[in-house]
Amino acid sequence: MPDKYHIKTQPVPPRRPRIGKHGVVDWREDCARCHNCVKKACVYDRYRQEAEYIRSLHDVEALFFDCMGCFSCVQDCTKNLLRLTINPEYEKLGNSYWKPDIIKTTWLQAETAKIPVSGAGYRGPFTGKGFDSMWTDMSEIVRPTRDGIHGREYISTSVDIGRKPQFLEVSGRNSTSLPPLVSIPMPLIFDLCSPVHTLPELDLIIEQTASDTGLIAVMKSNYRPAREDHLENIAFCLGPDDSPVPEDILKKTRLVEISEGPDVAKRITSIKTIHPDIVVAIRVELTESGIARAVELAGLEDVEAIHIVSDANGNELGSDNPRFIKDMIRHIHTTLIDSGVRDEITIIAGGGIALPEHMAKAILCGADLVSINLPLLIALECHLCGSCAPGAVCPARLEDIDFGYGVGRMTNLIASWHDQLIELMGAMGIREARRLRGEVGRAMFFENLEEETFGKLYGKRKTA
Amino acid sequence: MASSMEKERRLEDILPENTLKTRVPQEQVERVVRPAPSRYRNEISRYIVHRSQDCRSCGKCLEICSYGVHVHKPGFKYFGEPQHHLCVGPSCEKSGRYCVAHCPTGALQIRENPMYRALGDYRWTADLILATWKMAETGDVPDPAYDYDYECGNSGGGFDRLRFKFPEKPPVELDESEIDTSITLNRRGDGRPQVTIDVPWYGGGMSFGSVSNVTQLSKARACVAFNTFTCTGEGGYMERMRPYDDHVITQVATGLFGVREETIQRVPIVEFKYAQGAKPGLGGHLLGDKNTPAVARMREAVLGISLFSPFPFHSVYSIEDHMKHLDWIKHINRRALVSTKVSTPTDVDMVAVGSYSAGTHIVHIDGGYGGTGAAPDIAKKNIAMPIEYAIGKVHQFLAAEGVRDKVTLIASGGIRTAYDIAKAIALGADGVVIGTAEMVALGCVRCSRCESGRGCPRGIATTDPVLAAKMDIDWGSQRLINLYSAWHKTLKSILRRLGMRSVGELRGRTDLMMHLDYTDEGTTNT
Repeated sequence: MPDKYHIKTQPVPPRRPRIGKHGVVDWREDCARCHNCVKKACVYDRYRQEAEYIRSLHDVEALFFDCMGCFSCVQDCTKNLLRLTINPEYEKLGNSYWKPDIIKTTWLQAETAKIPVSGAGYRGPFTGKGFDSMWTDMSEIVRPTRDGIHGREYISTSVDIGRKPQFLEVSGRNSTSLPPLVSIPMPLIFDLCSPVHTLPELDLIIEQTASDTGLIAVMKSNYRPAREDHLENIAFCLGPDDSPVPEDILKKTRLVEISEGPDVAKRITSIKTIHPDIVVAIRVELTESGIARAVELAGLEDVEAIHIVSDANGNELGSDNPRFIKDMIRHIHTTLIDSGVRDEITIIAGGGIALPEHMAKAILCGADLVSINLPLLIALECHLCGSCAPGAVCPARLEDIDFGYGVGRMTNLIASWHDQLIELMGAMGIREARRLRGEVGRAMFFENLEEETFGKLYGKRKTA
Repeated sequence: MASSMEKERRLEDILPENTLKTRVPQEQVERVVRPAPSRYRNEISRYIVHRSQDCRSCGKCLEICSYGVHVHKPGFKYFGEPQHHLCVGPSCEKSGRYCVAHCPTGALQIRENPMYRALGDYRWTADLILATWKMAETGDVPDPAYDYDYECGNSGGGFDRLRFKFPEKPPVELDESEIDTSITLNRRGDGRPQVTIDVPWYGGGMSFGSVSNVTQLSKARACVAFNTFTCTGEGGYMERMRPYDDHVITQVATGLFGVREETIQRVPIVEFKYAQGAKPGLGGHLLGDKNTPAVARMREAVLGISLFSPFPFHSVYSIEDHMKHLDWIKHINRRALVSTKVSTPTDVDMVAVGSYSAGTHIVHIDGGYGGTGAAPDIAKKNIAMPIEYAIGKVHQFLAAEGVRDKVTLIASGGIRTAYDIAKAIALGADGVVIGTAEMVALGCVRCSRCESGRGCPRGIATTDPVLAAKMDIDWGSQRLINLYSAWHKTLKSILRRLGMRSVGELRGRTDLMMHLDYTDEGTTNT
């Protein structure tokens, strides 16, 4: 059997005190000091851990919040002195899109590299905005792959970036020369981090993670990797005003990104003259005109890949009534199918990909692969508090991260995402990530199900 | 059931000798409601009653309160800790018996419990959990004064947005004793017993391993009392379940843990589990920590390793293969009905018809938001459709194929209340399977920690002997009997208000419901 894609992981504990969802407030007053104190009976031994934690503190910077919320101590305390509450620090995490539970689960995955598994059924809303308004399908009996949890090793998550000719012309011995393709083992690349998140070692950590996981990290054109052999895991992003990357360096990379502009064809040609085997992706921001432009670019013969990017929350840029990334991907994908060019180019979608299910869903909607940046930061215990001003205190002390920790956490996260993608693909009965793209037969959309079920019975839906 | 049992007795000559020999006397359980208060000292409450030092112990509050909140034990100088969970809150003021208003020294205060927010989630709101506890304690619906919103959750879709359009006055005046809630499970007319259950629900499969012995037995006893069924799940058939054999469904799932010819021969219904709603397409999960010596022995597995059942049955890739399996079961146990449990993919309607043609008596569809002892979070939320969509789809397709009345359609995966049961039936199911609601009745707070370590800290979904000892069988059975009674009453009152003599009349009556997202009326009477 050939080597399988495997990411080596090991647990990387957090540097900062955990921010759990629950905490127990202890009134103390009136405590009878009974010998069978419920605190000793905590199944998770949290009270002893809390005491140890407090003893180890030099100054009080964060309270201990790692309660599992089982209410047992609260309900058993002889004097009814304990109260369980939701940790206010937990509720402050993230924002309206990057909700606290997304941050929490990302932290957990970055720590353990495991698929989050829990008991009891789903707890969330019936449906939601964006990616929450679709479900992936599964196949009950007739399965194209005939593999379950024990056949996972047969599932391939590799995808290719580049132009794929629709057919080969073979005439005698001179067949079509094939355009270059970049294969990566998972439908995911790392996108540029926002300038506000500049940390001393961040780029180095991302570079190392990309190399360890075999993925590609998009970097600024002036970035120079620590090790030359990492160049194949780096894609430089060339804006119109960026200084060109020296030829000898560019020649060692496999993918490069250029920003969208009127002269893209010329710029592609000039890059290709330097390095004919490189794949050039065009970065298009998803504004209203950007969506049209992406469709237009896909029709051009020189274009190999398009990287469409929305804002961090997956919304269309510069619009009062923004469309969501899922819908923009579907629009672009179906338009390209109609014009008959979809199979020839690669679409990379970025923005709003917060969870591994979003990766799978974005691909189902029509992207070939996705790009992420914020989840990598959250892996480093970032709170997404949004107050990254110079001089401000970072609640996660991101400026202090150490290289090994950073790489470990990011690698764990990617490994966990990979495993979860396989989990979904296993259930869907899909053997190859390449075939997941646009496979809406394996997706169910809220609006369709609602229309088929309740629309038929009760007429038009009044609530948006 | 009585008639089916008679038939069964006549069928005894076809039961294999082993089964007859090992058959133990069947236990009977009375269907009697008895108070079963919380096994915890401090029940979680919605309000907190605070008594300040100004209290003179005059006893006015004790005298005035209709709910027994205040406690003054004879011989004690001071009042004891109030029974917070019995307090109905400030709305009591309207009744004129509000202790806070009547306290001569103003020593009493009633506040919303800050802990209330920490309980529950979108699907199981705090109100729903507290109301279920009340039902399990008293065997009746909670007093309206508590104002629990327990008819649905807060998930913003599906059952939670469906409401019944009750007529102002029922079309026919019926007495609740005239209303029949039983359903029959064998509609094939194939000579196998006409098993009938008294209530349109039965218990979901929970394996030994995922839940404790006590939990399984409590469920079984409640099912005996209500003449319905419980299910062993896929973790083997405990010997201690034998006195309840006639009310047990045993599961044949992909892991085949503990499945033997002999266990299949014990029961009136055998369930084929292809998939589970919470983790469709993935197979069962029992994480290593919960694979204790007892579990390992039962499952004939190695102690302490995680047990993942394969998916799917590696011998079933077509309806013909499925039929072969059913025939095998039907041959081994000649009195058994066969149920096929599947999840809810897009083609669930085809699967249902296929299962029918393969010879199943019961098609059991388990929706995506169903319960589980352990499942990947990504699967719970994202794979397969919620049950609300699947019921109608399957019901209509079976009808279109002309076989609707030849098969029993059972729905599960997010059935939390008697209202959900009625809604599922009105969407087209014959009955439902419940699971999480039973766990809540036994004291579950839905902390979602059933999967690892020593298992459930509340002693329900655990195999740790110390934790499992937190609950005893009599209490557990009584809680479930009480919950079932409350549901039974609610279901009957729903049918009475709709003027229906039997629950079968409700099936497929989507015209009696409205969906709040499809109407301009804000809310209506439910």
